[in-house]
Amino acid sequence: MIALRDVGHSFQPSRWLFRRLSLAPAQSQITAILGPNGTGKTTLLRVLCGTLAPREGERIGSDAVGYVPQALAADQGLTALDMVLLGRSRFLGRFEAPARRDTARAQECLDEVGLSSIAGQRYDRLSGGQRQLVLLARALASDPATLVLDEPTSALDLANQGVVLRLMGRLSRERRLSILFTTHHPEHALAVAHRALLLFPDGIHVEGPAETVVDETNLARMYGVPVRRVALTGEDPSAFAIVPLHHLRKTSAAATFAGVPE
Amino acid sequence: MSQGGLVSGGTAPAVGGTRQATLVVALFAALIAALLWSVTAGRYPVPIDHVLAILAARIAEVSPVWSPTERIVVEVVRLPRVLTAAAAGAGLSLSGAVLQGLFRNPLVGPQTIGAASGAALGGVTAILFLDFGLSVQFGAFAGAALALAAVLAIHRSDGLSPVLTLVLAGVVVSAFCGALVGLVTYVADPETKLPGVVFWLLGSFASATWPKLGLVVGCTALAGIVMLGMRWRVNVLALGDEEARTLGVDPVRDRLVLLAAACLAISAQVAVSGTIGWVGLVIPNLARMIVGADHRRLLPVAALMGATFLVIADTLARDLTPAEIPVGIVTAIVGTPVFAYLLRRNAAGAA
Repeated sequence: MIALRDVGHSFQPSRWLFRRLSLAPAQSQITAILGPNGTGKTTLLRVLCGTLAPREGERIGSDAVGYVPQALAADQGLTALDMVLLGRSRFLGRFEAPARRDTARAQECLDEVGLSSIAGQRYDRLSGGQRQLVLLARALASDPATLVLDEPTSALDLANQGVVLRLMGRLSRERRLSILFTTHHPEHALAVAHRALLLFPDGIHVEGPAETVVDETNLARMYGVPVRRVALTGEDPSAFAIVPLHHLRKTSAAATFAGVPE
Repeated sequence: MSQGGLVSGGTAPAVGGTRQATLVVALFAALIAALLWSVTAGRYPVPIDHVLAILAARIAEVSPVWSPTERIVVEVVRLPRVLTAAAAGAGLSLSGAVLQGLFRNPLVGPQTIGAASGAALGGVTAILFLDFGLSVQFGAFAGAALALAAVLAIHRSDGLSPVLTLVLAGVVVSAFCGALVGLVTYVADPETKLPGVVFWLLGSFASATWPKLGLVVGCTALAGIVMLGMRWRVNVLALGDEEARTLGVDPVRDRLVLLAAACLAISAQVAVSGTIGWVGLVIPNLARMIVGADHRRLLPVAALMGATFLVIADTLARDLTPAEIPVGIVTAIVGTPVFAYLLRRNAAGAA
């Protein structure tokens, strides 16, 4: 397991993105990281992965962290299976190419995300949802104890968001992975995360049980927009929506979008 | 990953293991065929059965069917020449493929990135102050490494459009090295040094000898073992530094090893045959169209194609006209249209 103790980072001398931030994610635990753009979510993920040394504090533990970047990159022209195979690189020496057992493990990881059928297809020809899942399989292929995902649902349609969130839940339960992910969807944090870390624009942060800290007050303070949590009546009594009150008005009088009336 | 669109690989689907093996065997056969053809062809044609007999005589007792002249043409003139061309072509193409992977940019090659002109400058400087021989190889390697370091230093200072600045930095460094090469030829003693310098700079395999062949084969083999051995690491590095780190690979040291190997192969070619352009730029792109961008498949295929291409280009250079045309002209005539095509394709892909 990895942990952060009192870490702080800034790219400009006096402007701290976050300070005195401690995290000790437990096994089988999902932690959501929320914050407006520019508050250092991705920076924090890099510190968690060990690819960025924080200006203050320390990262404890040397276990492998599986990192899932946003599914934007489509370089290379590798197949989906080769892409997953890249996750085995940490086990390979400088002059070593993946062996049969690495390929077998990569194939297992593709199976695990439900993409066994597209192993031979080129990664850059896949849909956004499939790419995200391939990157997730790649992170799994490095046999990590901790999985870190950077906005795993941001590029996905509604159905695929559900696929990825369900998969995260299953991985935390069945493989006992500690999972940390950033998101701009508070409802995703509430749906799958046990803990939540909120990064406020002024460099303050709050960490606690997701149900407690992801509330209307904190969300409004974080995003600078009034936010309502609305229970949805109907088929699923536990369903709810998080609605920002933007008070937008279309120029045409015919249609309005005000979210929920105050 | 703003330059992602540029590094999109070939349009061909990824090739399976057996198909890859078949392809490598076929390319190897093509290389052997090209070598044999090259040894028979020329102003003094030697029949293929005589060539084979002369070659066989080196390892077994064969009753001579050849004339003494044929034996000299084959053993002293042509064999070292065609083998040098093959080693140089393989080294250039392999280096080009590795550089393109490392810089995630298909427009990079030994020449566009300044390494070849750096090697030329190092080589002429060595000829001027020392003499021909091993010193040229050392000078060329030092020149290539310095030029590459200069390009990287210029490149790092601009983060806006990494693909283009890298090529432009290469142009700048090449121009600077070219100017210094001009200065060296200007100050070279016209009686003793200048003819040698000019002849070397023109670029040709005509002066190939067995000792020179040994040098280029030794350097290229060493560099080739490193680059082919690290073929999976090139895949990892081609994702970019940040991703390589998250995959548990330290990109800095691996890249340094690969760049040194590329410099060694490029400088070995320049040391024996002067600057020969386009091979290391165009052949890796053609190879990528055939086997895709996985460097496990790309690197061996690029090396074999480069060797075959340069053997054929050199044979044409010496046989097309009564007087030999510089091989660099042949590679440029073939290479420039292909490069133009690649530019168009990339522009379309990026749009």
